[in-house]
Amino acid sequence: MTYRQIFTDGLWQQNTGLVVLLGLCPLLAVSATVVNAIGLGLATTLTLVFSNLAVSLTRGVLRPEIRIPAFVLIIASVVTVIQLLMQAWFHDLYRILGIFIPLIVTNCAIIGRAEAFASRNAPIPSIIDGLSTGLGFLLALVILGAFREIAGYGTLLRQASLMFGEWGESMQLTLVPNHPGFLLALLPAGAFIGLGLLIAGRNWLDSTLTERRKRAHKEATETPLGAVSAE
Amino acid sequence: MNNMLKSAAALGLVAIAGTTLLTGVDALTADRIAAQERRVILEQLGQIIPQSYDNPLLEDRILFRDEHHFPKGQLVTAYRARQQGEPLAVVLKFSAVNGYNGNIALLVGINSNGTLRGARVTAHKETPGLGDPIEIEKSDWINGFHGKSLENPESGRWAVKRDGGDFDQFTGATITPRAVVEAVRLALEYFAANRDFLFDTVAAPAGDPAP
Repeated sequence: MTYRQIFTDGLWQQNTGLVVLLGLCPLLAVSATVVNAIGLGLATTLTLVFSNLAVSLTRGVLRPEIRIPAFVLIIASVVTVIQLLMQAWFHDLYRILGIFIPLIVTNCAIIGRAEAFASRNAPIPSIIDGLSTGLGFLLALVILGAFREIAGYGTLLRQASLMFGEWGESMQLTLVPNHPGFLLALLPAGAFIGLGLLIAGRNWLDSTLTERRKRAHKEATETPLGAVSAE
Repeated sequence: MNNMLKSAAALGLVAIAGTTLLTGVDALTADRIAAQERRVILEQLGQIIPQSYDNPLLEDRILFRDEHHFPKGQLVTAYRARQQGEPLAVVLKFSAVNGYNGNIALLVGINSNGTLRGARVTAHKETPGLGDPIEIEKSDWINGFHGKSLENPESGRWAVKRDGGDFDQFTGATITPRAVVEAVRLALEYFAANRDFLFDTVAAPAGDPAP
């Protein structure tokens, strides 16, 4: 498996949120605004990178019958470290994400990658797998967050100061001035509807791209060489 | 048998490594986290008390219970603000228990003369978009308490307008503001009856329960 393949798998072909449909609870709960989405997405990505690395390093040592409890220990340690660091340096963001940071432990996507990839591969591919899976999850979160924030508040990047400090206060984009607020988009129902649309959109894009690639492939093999050079 | 021991040892090693890592990170971050938590609560308190206090606000606090004014046996924290030993204001930290969905955590700042300095909602689970104008970030409804006291408005009008009172309710949400108004009124009544207790009781020692 090439690095490129690992990367497109995590980001697109096997996207955790949109294809494998793991980790939906945080995806639905925290995607009301873009800033929340980025915060949780980055924390999840960090967790995946370090848990994959640790699992990969222990892959020769751990006997199969204890691998699952060992993975749980590793993932819980990594998440707790990230939680402490966030509490110390991104305290306001931590207060908003609240319980969803410790709950990263229960995101099945993480133990899934440990079991399916990191426990069978060398450290560097495992890091790349963690990074691409995390970025794929981040991508799904941010797109859903952007949809919901624009629909619900008419803004993008509101409360960016929670993540970027005072500098972030000027980052908010008001796309719809005097937006009355659209409650449905901010409630869980809106998250489900948004996720459904997002999955449908990804599938549509995926099949269109495959179709186009097939056609291009067909044309390339069917066109006589002479016809190309004659143009 | 041998395999079992090896497995147990490996798992034990993973646990020890994890614990060591966590102990280290905890030692590195503990001070900073404590400072952040102090900053957050000082910022919240600072919005509803006069800035001229000169005592250590977070340390000068007492904890008490009072079933009549603060229901469900909750532990109330009172932070006292003083200037050269004279009482300026007190902030009561407690929860309104009859909201639409769960508790509404409140800070209520009362000047030493019994007028309200202000109130803030610090946590709640009310319906977003309907009940959440109680947050200062969403609307300035909560600022309506500023300057009010038990005499202003008089006792019968300490309620939302639907109940014949002076305070606005929100479109589609009466229960939430009703709960907050009632909780603030009860806090004022408690203050009126226990002013000396609130200001004169010796501060509780630092440590648990945390501020």
